[in-house]
Parts: sequence; structure tokens; C-alpha cells
Amino acid sequence: MNEFRRWFSKGAPWIWLQAAAVSLALVMVFGLILLLATRGLSHFWPTPVEEWTVQQEGSPQVLVGQLHRSERVDAERLREAGADVPEEQRVVLRHLLKIGNRDLTGRDFTWVLDQDIIGRQRPESLLVIDRTQWGRFFGRLVGIREAGTLVPLAGNPWIELDNRLARVGDLRARIDELEGSALTSVNYRLERLRLEEVGLRRDGISNEDDPALVALEAKRATLQAEFDGYARELEGMFADIARDSLLLTAANGEEVEINMSVVLDAWRPNAMSRKERLAHYGNQLWGFISGPPREANTAGGVFPALFGTVLMVLLMSIFVTPLGVVAAVYLHEYAAQGWLTGFVRISVNNLAGVPSIVYGVFGLGFFIYFVGGGIDQLFFGDALPAPTFGTGGLFWASLTLALLTLPVVIVSTEEGLSRIPRSLREGSLALGATRWETLWRTVLPMASPGIMTGIILAVARAAGEVAPLMLVGVVKLAPTLPVDGDFPFLHLDRKFMHLGFHIYDVGFQSPNVEAARPLVYATALLLVLITLVLNLLAIGIRNRLSERYRSLEAQ
Amino acid sequence: MSEVQRSDDVPGEDDRSSVEAEGIAPGQAGGNGQPVASEAEPTLPDSTAEPVATVDEISEAIPRAAVQLRVNDLNLWYGEKQALSHVDLSIMRHRVTSFIGPSGCGKTTLLRCFNRLTDLASDCHVVGDVELEGQSIFGPDVDVPQLRRDVGMVFQKPNPFPKSIYENVAFGLRVQGVTKRRELDDAVEWALRAAALWDEVKDRLEDSGLSLSGGQQQRLVIARAIAVQPKVILLDEPCSALDPISTLKVEELIQQLRDQYTIIIVTHNMQQAARVSDYTAFLYLGQVIEYGDTDQVFTNPSHRSTEDYITGRYG
Repeated sequence: MNEFRRWFSKGAPWIWLQAAAVSLALVMVFGLILLLATRGLSHFWPTPVEEWTVQQEGSPQVLVGQLHRSERVDAERLREAGADVPEEQRVVLRHLLKIGNRDLTGRDFTWVLDQDIIGRQRPESLLVIDRTQWGRFFGRLVGIREAGTLVPLAGNPWIELDNRLARVGDLRARIDELEGSALTSVNYRLERLRLEEVGLRRDGISNEDDPALVALEAKRATLQAEFDGYARELEGMFADIARDSLLLTAANGEEVEINMSVVLDAWRPNAMSRKERLAHYGNQLWGFISGPPREANTAGGVFPALFGTVLMVLLMSIFVTPLGVVAAVYLHEYAAQGWLTGFVRISVNNLAGVPSIVYGVFGLGFFIYFVGGGIDQLFFGDALPAPTFGTGGLFWASLTLALLTLPVVIVSTEEGLSRIPRSLREGSLALGATRWETLWRTVLPMASPGIMTGIILAVARAAGEVAPLMLVGVVKLAPTLPVDGDFPFLHLDRKFMHLGFHIYDVGFQSPNVEAARPLVYATALLLVLITLVLNLLAIGIRNRLSERYRSLEAQ
Repeated sequence: MSEVQRSDDVPGEDDRSSVEAEGIAPGQAGGNGQPVASEAEPTLPDSTAEPVATVDEISEAIPRAAVQLRVNDLNLWYGEKQALSHVDLSIMRHRVTSFIGPSGCGKTTLLRCFNRLTDLASDCHVVGDVELEGQSIFGPDVDVPQLRRDVGMVFQKPNPFPKSIYENVAFGLRVQGVTKRRELDDAVEWALRAAALWDEVKDRLEDSGLSLSGGQQQRLVIARAIAVQPKVILLDEPCSALDPISTLKVEELIQQLRDQYTIIIVTHNMQQAARVSDYTAFLYLGQVIEYGDTDQVFTNPSHRSTEDYITGRYG
């Protein structure tokens, strides 16, 4: 007993408790990342395609697909659902097979009871095709048709296929380039011309012979000609890309013809060497990070969302830093320290606890409808009733998040200011510096680590915020990035995509949840990594700053 | 304790007579703001006032010395608490004056009045005046930054900025708008030489000022103060955070600087005051009890409390 009391009073239990708490926190964090990584990253690996012979409804059937996952379920439940499970069995192993071919079967996945499987094979000839529509196709290559005529597949049919894939890939890149930048740019400029014309007419210029209108018309004719040129070029390429088609057989022997224009990639996972698998994995992963989403976000990449997230966080930092620093400097340096200042300080601290959706509502009501609507009335009247700033967009989203993160920046800047020893301020003042010069030359540079700490916290919070963004400018799919080659290059009025919202959309608003689930994990992992990178960046800057002012701590 | 009580009370007859006997006419520590040396009988409007040797006597004794700073009936309150009462002093040009006295007696407050750093305390309230070369420093149109350039200050703890040695010394000049590299280079070298630090740091001017030792930091801060060419340098216990050798160096520096600057030093170290200063003022409870030639004050103090403090019997 005495022994126990001694042990207790030494504080050992508390140390153990603390260690346990730290370990638990670490386990949870690493567990989360590990879960995201395994679930998300395995999606891009070229999983083998299997050919299963399954006893279904009395007759054997052939299924081709990739094993998605397996689970044990209560037999009773299956029997209630109408499955043919023997009475004595209590637990049944079943597999979820991704069979693809949604255009033929109407569904991507099918459940197979383990006991129904008669045979499992992995023939090397099985082909997986990534398409721009209808999801993946699993089957065997029968022939290739070029411009209507069958191509003899004498030698190696795979070389023939790879050549055509490469050709289609090149063509698609050119089409994307043309559609994505050239055509969009021409459209953008045409729209600007239209607004210009509306403006001119509003100013009372209605005579068609007016030089301004004539010049405008000339410009429009040039643009229209450019547009037509691109359109013809595109038409040619569309015809070109649709030249070849693949003749394939599906699992049930059905013959299918798939035009090459919808084929993104084709590979035979069962015939791949380890090196090829790795290369394929890298390609798929890169495609995920750098590509646009397809098929209602259930396939393809997340680049627009990634880009939108980073850009929004950067803009938020640019808005919040001066605002927060100036407010903190006033509160700490200039304002008389009375009850009013104390009240303001308490209010600022409390703002940090306001639920973020409230900020979203505020952003929508005040920024978008009131300020944005006003800006539209004043400056973009020609485009009305189509709103320019009177609708959600990058600018308002960044501003709303800046407001949301303002309290942390103010609090930590004040913290940084109060850590500066009085002797240094006095030293500066005693040399004839005014209060402002002291602040600008001595105090603020030394408070910069505190300011950076505030920005780090702000970035961490802003990068993961979703709820308010849904109200102020984030959308499921934004056709154009907020940055492009057309003046003013950074389009603050555009709507944008965000990784956080993307996760929500893919995970819960998707028409094909099972297929999109790995993407949810992968996107979540990416969001965590982006937050980490942005944080590391800010921490790096802060450490460099505090290195410079390190000895201050001793004073 | 009884001595303390006594010096607080109305001064005794013998106090005054002793002053007169030493050939220095008693001036006034509290009064109407006019130091009147010729007056045979000092006016004592304040019951707590003590007679003090006036400056004019000292200036007569030391030819060609002129008054740099004149304090006229200065009173200072922090909120309700009076920190200085009826201070009258004249600080001689190009001489070293030391303020001694027990902690909390108002030495540092008085020092900080001279460059108006007392303004920083929002509840600080001043009545009376200080003149720098005949110009009031508490007037409404005083350019305070300019005053602080004229009256430099070195603090108790070395407080170099977390910048390079070079930038520390150049700070005051940059604030004044000097940007020419050449001009700054010259001024920095001159100031560092004047502060006897040049040889130690000339090869590492870009190092942080905080990388220096305490004594070097204090000399760096002195260099920083003299780089802006002040008329007066205020030293607030400049050696209290230094080791004996660094202290010695700073004292030597004070000896070198005395020809060009008026130096006022606050110190707790009697020996230091005796070593470096020409004049010494003893302050007690916000009043100047005794002010005079350092030798005089230390060897033959005219007040009991001064003697008690100097000999260490006090406190």
C-alpha cells in the first residue's frame, strides 16, 4: 500500500497517462493517413482481371472483372434477399466483382457468392479499356477496324493497338488544347466584344455607320473567322480521332464495337510485367493529379479542384494577413487599453468560435448579394442580368475565409507583439525614431514569427473548410480554371472547384458511389497532403524568421 | 531609519550651516524655479525641501563650463504617486554627472525626463520644466524625435536590435533618412571607433548584434547612440549587467567621451560614480538631496543622509 502511494505521489501514473494520450493521438493520426493511403492509392494499381465461371440461376455463367472486395455476411440475410444458400450454412463469403461494361449490363458491380464459383482464371488476353463514357470495359480484342475496313492482325495485335492508342492520345491532346484554350479564349473575347457593344449602344451610339461600331464589327468578324477556323480544324480532328474502332467480345460472348475516340487507355493487367505495372501505376496516379474529372466526377482526375484549393488558400492568406496585422497592431499599439479595447478583443476571440457555415451565410448575404450586387450595378451593368460579381466566385470565397481566419491572425499577431521586450522599443525611440518608425523598422519585423504562426493556423483552417465555400463559390464542376491566358489572367469572379467539396460530391452526391469510393480516399489523402505542404511552407518561413530573432527569447 | 526620517523632515539648522561653512551657498532643491545663488537665505516654500549646492557655484569653480541642461522645479507623477518633487539641477556641458541614490528614488525617472521617454507611460504627468541649451523640452511644439537625437540614451540591459552590427549602428541615421552607403559606412566606422569597439567587430559587421558578448553589446549600444551625434548621453546603470572587465571598458569609454559629450550616468556603484563623474547628485524619495562636485559629495557630504548612503550605512 505504502509502495503504491509512493509510486502514485512520484507522479508516475500521470506520466503514463500523458504518454498514453500522446500515443493515442499519434496512432489516430497515422491510422487516418494509412487508411487513406491504402484505400486511395491502391485504386491506381493495375489489378488483375479474372474470368469467373459462376453457377447462377441453375446454369453456369462467365463473368469477367476485377475483384473489388470480399466480405462475410450473415446467411440469413442473404436467404431473405432471395439467394440460394443451404440451410445449414450460417456465414457466407461473398465477393464484389467490378464487371464494368455498364453500357451492356447496366451496372458496374456484381456480388458473387464464393460457393457459386466454379472456376477462376486469369487469361492474359483479357483487356481493360478506360473510356470517356460508360466506365471501364472488360473483354477480349477480336479485331481493329480502320475507316470501315478490318485491319489484318497478322503479327502482334498489341503493337497495332498501342500504335493506335498513341495516335488517339496525340489527337485528343490537340483537341483538348484547341477546345480548352484557343476556343475558350475566342469565346471569351467575343463575349467581351458583345458587352462592349451593349455599352456603346447604352451610351447612345445606335447608328450602324458609327466608327466605333464599325470597328467593333470588324473585330468581331476577325474573331468569328478565327472561331470558324478553329471549329473546322476541330471537326477535322474529330473525324480523324473517330477513324478507328475496336472489335471486342464481352464476357458473355457478345460482340461490341468501341470507337477509338472514346478510348483513353487499354491494357492487359494479366500480361504485364512488374515494371510495366509500376509504369502504369505512375501514369494513372499522375492522371489523377493532373487530369480533369470525367463522368460526373466519378472518374478522371482532380486537378481543377487541387488548383482551386491552393489558389483560394493563397488568396485568403493575401487578404487576411494585412487585415489581421493592421487590426492587431492597432489593438496592441495604438488603442488606449480600456474596457472598450478589452471588449473588442473578447469579441475577436469569440469570432473564432462561430460555426463556419455562419460565415458562409454572411458571405453570401453581405459579400455576394450586397457588395457583389452593387459592383455589378456599378461596373458590370452591361452583362446584367447575368451576374459577374453578384454570384459566388473565387474572390468572395477567399474573402469569406479570410474573415473566418481573421481572429487567429489577430490573436497570434498580438501575442507576437507583446513578446517584444519593452527595452527594444525604447531603444528605438531613444534614437529619435517616431512611434511609426519604431513599429515599422523594429517591432513588426520582430513580430513576424508571431504573424507567421497566425497565418499557419489560418491556412490550416482554410484549406480544410468546406461548408461556407458551398455557399460562396465552390461548384461541382467548373469548366475553366480561374487562371488563364486572357486578360486579366486571374479571374476572381469565376466559380471554382475545391478538394474538400469534391470529396463530399464524389462520396455522397455521386451516381456511382461504389466506383467512386477509392477516389474519395485518394482525394482526401491529397487534401491532407496539400494542407501539410501549405503548412510546411509557412512553418519553414516562420522558422527562418525566428532563427533571425532567436536570441530575443533570452531577453 | 531615524536618519531617513530626519532627512525627510524640515532640515535642521546645522545642515544649512555646514553647507555655508564649506563655501557653497545653499541653493534650493524645492522652490519657485529660479535658482538664486545670490540669495543669502534660501526660500523654502516646501517643507520637505532640502538645501542643495547650486550649479552656478560650481560653474564658477570650473571656468568655461556652461550649463547644458537646466531642470527647473520639476515635479512628476505616475498616476497619483509623485515620483519627482521640486527638482532643480543644472547639468554642465561636457562633464560627467552621476545620479546616485537608493532604488526607487527617482534617478532613472529623472534621466528619462531628459529625452521624454517618460511620455511612454500614459499616466505620467509632469509639472515644471527642463531646458536643453535654453530651450524648453516640454513645450507644445517640441520635436520629440529631434530631442531624442540630441539626447541619446543607453539602457541598463544592453538592448541591441536583432539586426547586424552594422545596421544597429546605422539605425539612427537610417531613421533620419540617410541612405547613401558611403555616408553610412563612414558614420558606422566612426561611431564604432569612438565606442572602442571597431577593432573587435570590424571583420564581422554583418553578424547579428546579439552575437556579441554583454560588454560588447553595451558598447555597441553606446556606438549606436553616438552615431547620431547627440549633445547629451544618458547612461542608465550601464554596467549593472556587466562583468568587472566589461565595466572597466565602459568606464574607460566614458572617460574618452567626456570631452565631446555631456554625460549623465545613473549608477548604484559608489566607486563608479566616484571614478567617472565630475559632479554627483544624490536623490532620495524623488528629491535632490545633495548636488555638487563629486569629490566634495564623496569626501565631505553636507547631508547626513548622503553620508549614510555613501558609506553604506543606509538601507
